[in-house]
Amino acid sequence: MFRYIAKRILFAALTILGVVTIVFILQRTTGDPIATLLPPDVPLEEQAKLRTALGLDQPIHVQYGKFLAGLVRGDLGYSYRQGAPALGLVLERVPSTFKLASAGMLVAMAIGMPAGVLAAVYRGTVGDRIVMSLALVGQAMPVYWTGILLILVFSVRLRWLPAISNGGFVSMIMPALAVGAYSAARIARMTRSSMLEVLRMDYVRTARSKGLRNSAVITEHALRNALIPIVTVLGMEFGSLMGGSVIVESVFAWPGVGRLAVNAIMGRDYPVVQAVVVVVSAIFVLINLGVDLTYGLLDPRISIANTTRR
Amino acid sequence: MVSWIRALVSRTPQGADAEGAPQRRDLSGAIGGAIVVVVALLAVFASLIAPHDPNAQDLLGRLKPPGWQSPYSGARFLVGTDHLGRDVLSRIIYGSRVSLLVGIVSVAITAAFGTILGLVAGYYRGFVETVIMRCVDLVMSLPFMLLALAVIGITGPGIQNLILVVALTRWARYTRVIYGQTLSYAEKEFVEAAQALGSSNARVLFHHMLPNLLPSAVVLATLDLGFVIILESGLSFLGLGVPPTVSTWGTMLADGRSYLNNAWWMGTFPGLAIMITVLGFNLLGDWTRDRMDPTLRV
Repeated sequence: MFRYIAKRILFAALTILGVVTIVFILQRTTGDPIATLLPPDVPLEEQAKLRTALGLDQPIHVQYGKFLAGLVRGDLGYSYRQGAPALGLVLERVPSTFKLASAGMLVAMAIGMPAGVLAAVYRGTVGDRIVMSLALVGQAMPVYWTGILLILVFSVRLRWLPAISNGGFVSMIMPALAVGAYSAARIARMTRSSMLEVLRMDYVRTARSKGLRNSAVITEHALRNALIPIVTVLGMEFGSLMGGSVIVESVFAWPGVGRLAVNAIMGRDYPVVQAVVVVVSAIFVLINLGVDLTYGLLDPRISIANTTRR
Repeated sequence: MVSWIRALVSRTPQGADAEGAPQRRDLSGAIGGAIVVVVALLAVFASLIAPHDPNAQDLLGRLKPPGWQSPYSGARFLVGTDHLGRDVLSRIIYGSRVSLLVGIVSVAITAAFGTILGLVAGYYRGFVETVIMRCVDLVMSLPFMLLALAVIGITGPGIQNLILVVALTRWARYTRVIYGQTLSYAEKEFVEAAQALGSSNARVLFHHMLPNLLPSAVVLATLDLGFVIILESGLSFLGLGVPPTVSTWGTMLADGRSYLNNAWWMGTFPGLAIMITVLGFNLLGDWTRDRMDPTLRV
């Protein structure tokens, strides 16, 4: 067990190192940040001065070493635009994005799981077909368009909800619905097929033949076992919600990491882009690690020690 | 472990009853195919089909609702005009070109790249295999949207970079599937026979093995197209995709976002176009998967 966790943590750390390296290489091979930071008519000496100040005149391996050393200390450089530490800028936005992603996840689970279970239990009925058709349509709708439609209905027409978010609860309803709807569709499809698989099992038939109530068979016997693949999808879904809320954040002007990232990209503010990538990938990798370790709790048969050979 | 569960999930055998009777599956596949054909025809013959010039501005006819008829030219605008008086319908029709072009080109490049890597990793084994498959693990364990943003953030917006983003973030899915299949084919008699007859490695790989693996790659690619179209329009919506001068569904929605109070059609119809197109590709993809390789179900 300990070896397994250690191995997983090592892989997680390697993953983050890999991402950081990719970002570092791509940044140093495309474009010169000096060209975007200064107006074109600045004399060459001035440009050279800024280059030295930012450490961009040193050999690439020295820059990489310094960058890694900084990373270990939690120092990811200063924002070119705002002068503040890049990591701090990102970290202060994380709770707000986390809040939106969690709310979206709640919406997705609240809609997706019951819908999937009902569709599986009433397989082949009109209800099943409606749920699955809605799921297909939901998976084809871009999240930001769902957001726009919600604004049209609830802000412009009905005037119930604010179109611009201030981070408060009421202003979170629409962004959470928009983010959650897409994941709800995936979760519903996944839950349905996982449930169908389990409902065919012998132990479900045994439970029924023992005379257990249908609801007990479904919740106690079937759903519990159908949950394992669903948890994987939930974990992956939450990670992509963290990343995917980027676009929804700009629809609703939500003050999260996504908007920070988009603004940093537009302004070629490399340290901030870099910090966003490091922070979000770290969160994503940690979530995956958490999901992995949850399996053991859900299904004691999955002996973690035996699965270390991948 | 995650990969193990994912593999388990994707192997989940599903009978025809899982998602409706076979006839219904064929019907939804046919609907998907029809949608894709119609969108493709619109894209190819945009100049013949579009009722107006997509870039013709008419400042007296700004933000007019669907069905509006210009009192000056007598022209009718079926789904209204935008903030510069341009015909929204014509722009949607022309916008299909970018979405399809970026989608098809990038998915084709990604599929070819990922398939070749999977073949190489599965056939040569050893060090090459380790390097390639560890990279697959790395890419698969990252949030896709973040990777896309990171790449665009560094390379800057543009159609070429959009294609690069797709290639860099999606290749691993192909590599993983093709790698697994290559491993099993490498044990088959026809491969051993070809090797025994003295075929070169390249010949074994591309002449004997690749044709057997193509169906899986095609299925994955079809399923990927809808996803990539959503990605492209999303990045364009943020202003990080195609240049704003090109009319695409994503940039149209970004404009529509600014005029939601007085022009609901600007934010509605381009999104509808995306949804229908993606739905078409998804239905077609599901159908090709069930037909060609049901084991790829995820």
